Amino acid sequence: MAAAAFYDLDGTLCRTNLVHAFAHNARNQQGLIRSVTRTLSTVVSIPAFVAADFFDRRLFNDIFFRRYKGESEDRLRYLAEELFENVIKPAIYPGAYKLIEKSRQLGLRQVLVTGAIDFTAIPLARHLGLDDMVTNHLEFVDGKATGRLLPPVMAAATKASWMRIYAEKEGLNLSECYSYSDSMSDLPMLAVVGHPTAVNPDFRLKNTALQHDWPILDLR
Amino acid sequence: MSKRETKALRGPSPRHKEGDEVVYIDSESAPRLIFSGEDITCEDLPIGTRVVYGKAPIEGLNNPGAAIRYAINHPLDADPLYAQLAPGMRVTIALDDISLPLPPMRTPDIRQTILEILLELLDANGVDDIHLVIANCLHRYMTEDEMKRMVGKKIFDAFYPDRYYNHDGEDPDNLVHLGKTAQGEPMNINRRCVESDLVIYVNITLVPMDGGHKSVAVGLCDYESVRVHHEPETLLGCDSMMDPPRSMLSTKIERQGAIVDQHMKVFHIETALNNRMFANATAFLGKNEDEFSEFDRMKYEAMRFALSKLPTPAKRKIFSAIPSEYELVACYAGKTDPVHARILAKLYDQYMVSIKGQSDIVIFPIPYVSPYSINSILNPILVQVMGLGYFHQFYRGKPVLKKGGALILCHPCHDEFDHKFHPSYIEFFNRLLPETRDSHKLQHKYEEEFARNPSYIEMYRRGNAYHGAHPFFMWYWGEPGRQHAGKVIVAGAKNAHVPARMGWDRADSLTEAISMARSFVGPSPSITLMKWPPIVMADVE
Repeated sequence: MAAAAFYDLDGTLCRTNLVHAFAHNARNQQGLIRSVTRTLSTVVSIPAFVAADFFDRRLFNDIFFRRYKGESEDRLRYLAEELFENVIKPAIYPGAYKLIEKSRQLGLRQVLVTGAIDFTAIPLARHLGLDDMVTNHLEFVDGKATGRLLPPVMAAATKASWMRIYAEKEGLNLSECYSYSDSMSDLPMLAVVGHPTAVNPDFRLKNTALQHDWPILDLR
Repeated sequence: MSKRETKALRGPSPRHKEGDEVVYIDSESAPRLIFSGEDITCEDLPIGTRVVYGKAPIEGLNNPGAAIRYAINHPLDADPLYAQLAPGMRVTIALDDISLPLPPMRTPDIRQTILEILLELLDANGVDDIHLVIANCLHRYMTEDEMKRMVGKKIFDAFYPDRYYNHDGEDPDNLVHLGKTAQGEPMNINRRCVESDLVIYVNITLVPMDGGHKSVAVGLCDYESVRVHHEPETLLGCDSMMDPPRSMLSTKIERQGAIVDQHMKVFHIETALNNRMFANATAFLGKNEDEFSEFDRMKYEAMRFALSKLPTPAKRKIFSAIPSEYELVACYAGKTDPVHARILAKLYDQYMVSIKGQSDIVIFPIPYVSPYSINSILNPILVQVMGLGYFHQFYRGKPVLKKGGALILCHPCHDEFDHKFHPSYIEFFNRLLPETRDSHKLQHKYEEEFARNPSYIEMYRRGNAYHGAHPFFMWYWGEPGRQHAGKVIVAGAKNAHVPARMGWDRADSLTEAISMARSFVGPSPSITLMKWPPIVMADVE
């Protein structure tokens, strides 16, 4: 039976996170004043983002993606390639390439499971040669972002349930699948496969991985 | 600690002995000190038990530097090293990793002494394209601190990290396929070594299975090359691994070594050390207990008291901090085969003790140290490889244990693993062993999966983890012992599930283990205690 390797993105394959993507967008607003205002506002909000993420990833998503409200879809997509070349690509961990290469040699399907927005993840998935991906999608009305995500919102348990459905649809044996993440919020995504690995884990995930005897990998 | 263990060690009196190394227990014999992991127990053994001690250390060479210089200037079947050097040459010096010697020796490590001489010679001959490669094969990478300790600060600062590094057996870009033996065994070797004008291998041969062609052909190869001989059938074809002419492992490695010799110019420097594992304050641990002085007894009591008050990790730290006091007793250089033959002869002089006949019951103390647990934990798989692999194989002629006899291992068998060094061992122990202990089934069903696991590969390459296939090799290593012993009993195991999973019986104490063994082998059994450490091997008549 076929199997897959599921990767989280931010902090796992590269050192950027959602805030980096938004900060890039904020810096590249039309007009200097707007850029400065947006950037400062993002910086000021970072403690709130951290607190929300620590409490619940879904709460973080609610707060964070509201900041996209009013952004033009065209502009976001236009900036995505630049964001990838200037911010994300240099931040890919050197070990990520080898990990994916070895994984592909095993015949595993390479799948990105991320809470990042589609237009930031697509260039990276293409660059790494991943076979499939699931991301979050901003809701747009009349070409403007509403600040909400389209369901299902990829975070925590939703990632695991998406993986289950995906495996069933694609005829994959989850007990032979691999999963990689850096964050405690992705515990369900790790727990659902037979070969979970904590990658560059935060303190809580590292302790959990030790308790579960999961491999702990440092790609940095 | 039982009451028996607190009993005072008695003073010297004449004993029934065969030479200095073989002693028979009688009614007046002192209890014996027996390593059990990080503890040392004091045990009364049944009358008539044969205790085999290591030989007294051969006196170390007074001037190791002079011996090394002599060896490289008067090599066997090769030109002197200076005559092989020319300005602009590309030279790679490969070194044995931290698994040798055991425990790590006091500084300066003999490798540092050799390197200082070599680098001076290379510099004098205008050779400056020099790399130092640790021949770790699929062993864990040595840490920065370990690498510094091994070669000294001066060399470390000059070469690390760009020109002093661990061999990567999982980087296809840095491996070269040299060919296959007539039997189809592949030989893939470190690219830098293959592309060098000269490879100098600096070796420490601790036991007779080390050294020789194993240094380059195994130390610098990859999984595909090593799996052809680190497998159950090859290991079952060894009688024993310590006797190269009767070892299928050596035969296969020599075949691969012949390919290496066809493609690479190797100048082999091989050393033998004596077995002065303990010295000064801990010298009593290598002595016959009947010959203990009052001071030795006091030192043991003090050590026993201190160990009883410490948690296991602290005991591990203390033992890790005590280096061995090994001294150089021989150094030869030149072509691999003649050099290795001379070193083997020296090792046999140091380790081989002649004993008459096999025993029904054999006791192996399993100490805190193994080649794979330096600065780490001797996990249950490693306990297995020490007992059923190495110690069982420490013979020439016949095993010390009769076929179908009872083997007693002394170890607490903690269910404890090092997540950083031994991640694949954890999965092997918890996922595979409950399903099967059959080496062939494990090999065919699971070895490939572990060896190709991307997480384990990257943990090996980017961290300090043993390769994913390593726990399999360790399990196969124990296969000859597993098939030879009729029963394995682990004395002093602190839990029931580890021995059960390994397929062993357990006993609270050595006395209980001996009783269980007696009931298995029948009345009036012959019993032998192999008193490790230090290293002792048996020439069984």
